Amino acid sequence: MGFIDKKIIMDDLALNRALTRIAHEIIERNKGVNNVALVGIQRRGVPLAERVARRITEIENVEVPVGILDITLYRDDLTTLASQPVVHRTAVNFNINDMNVVLVDDVLYTGRTIRAALDALIDLGRPKSIQLAVLIDRGHRELPIKADFIGKNVPTSRQEVVSVFVQEVDGKDGVVIQEITDS
Amino acid sequence: MNQKDLLGLKELSREDIESILDTAVPMKDIIKRDIKKVPTLRGKAMVTVFYENSTRTRTSFEIAGKYLSADTVNLAVSTSSVQKGESLKDTVKTIEVMGFDLMVIRHSMSGTPHYVSRNTNMSVINAGDGTNEHPTQALLDLYSIREKKGTLDGLKVAIVGDILHSRVARSNIYGLSKFGCEVRVVGPATLMPPGLEKMNVKSYHSLEAALKGVDVINILRIQKERQQSGLFPSLDEYANLYMLRPEHLQAAKEDVLVLHPGPMNRGIEISSQVAEGLNSVINEQVTNGVAVRMALLFLMMGGSKNEVAS
Repeated sequence: MGFIDKKIIMDDLALNRALTRIAHEIIERNKGVNNVALVGIQRRGVPLAERVARRITEIENVEVPVGILDITLYRDDLTTLASQPVVHRTAVNFNINDMNVVLVDDVLYTGRTIRAALDALIDLGRPKSIQLAVLIDRGHRELPIKADFIGKNVPTSRQEVVSVFVQEVDGKDGVVIQEITDS
Repeated sequence: MNQKDLLGLKELSREDIESILDTAVPMKDIIKRDIKKVPTLRGKAMVTVFYENSTRTRTSFEIAGKYLSADTVNLAVSTSSVQKGESLKDTVKTIEVMGFDLMVIRHSMSGTPHYVSRNTNMSVINAGDGTNEHPTQALLDLYSIREKKGTLDGLKVAIVGDILHSRVARSNIYGLSKFGCEVRVVGPATLMPPGLEKMNVKSYHSLEAALKGVDVINILRIQKERQQSGLFPSLDEYANLYMLRPEHLQAAKEDVLVLHPGPMNRGIEISSQVAEGLNSVINEQVTNGVAVRMALLFLMMGGSKNEVAS
């Protein structure tokens, strides 16, 4: 099984503009960021959350806390996988009680990751609200979950893979659609 | 790591051990949370079967399972049908057909977990078999060392005491050797097993000489239950020669770690000052034991393992 690149959906400029817009929307929706925290979902949600937080600080001159959430232990498919996925650390080093927490992830697809993230987050405390920011919404939801802040809506087929690249992990910024091939 | 059983560290690769230790890091975070529970092993069942006494190993397996939402049952051997003469094989079969996924077993006879493993589809974890291995103790020792030192590679480790009867020592030697550690063992000649050279271990009879420049000292418990008479003259004499006291630490590196698998015989193999001292990680070892066992349960109780193994 391999992948072939089909289409570039976002270059580095588009990706960063989308993050800037999401930062503005988070501020607007929450009427400021006094009670707002960002929590990135491992792995690429984490650098995205950190970048949105930096933009919020530039705009509002307020630091927003940023946490890291690993959802592996909350997955609903652990008993069907051949071998266990790697567990990474969760690091939410602030009290989330009564905070407006914005979950940040790269791609929203079936919604199962977000379902797991909601459970994982609620095990850490009782936020006032949980909102969801994603860079790409590619459709095909299997659960009643919807994003509050979206970088770009991208209609896809299930044979396609949406790959997000971020400087911090991949050495470059961008989003491409790839197709799974048999070869 | 992708295997049905954990019978010893002898069979594990360095990569397997690293994968367990890496997984234990996020598990340790869970223990420190307000809500110490994740739903990961919901619907899985495990049983602990201990034919020998235990406080920390059995309890930590049980709580590790509970933190991960597995159903955990302890079979109290002393009040079970084992006392009516039921064979081990029948006991294991009985447990298996109740639907358990994993069995943790401790037995005074070496090789018992291996025998059980051949006679069941359940995953089997060796929690100590005779004088053979105690792999989860060694894993938590490796975790404790790696956490404090940042690495295991090339460290000098002295294991002190009754090496002959110690499954903890054997598992530690297997594990540490895989990371290129220099392993030294020290104790009375009568408590040294044959064949140490083959395990690439240096043996010493003087505590001072053995501790020179070491990064880690692992003190073993004098196992009164396994002492045939005559291996050493008296506990007093043993304490005179081998009890770890504050002055012994001078010979070791300044940031030397002191480990003890517990339960401690204070005043015999370790002085209270050292046990409570700044170099001691003895209490933290217990916490790490829960984290390491959580990691193992997670890695071993994953879905389709049984079909893969058989």
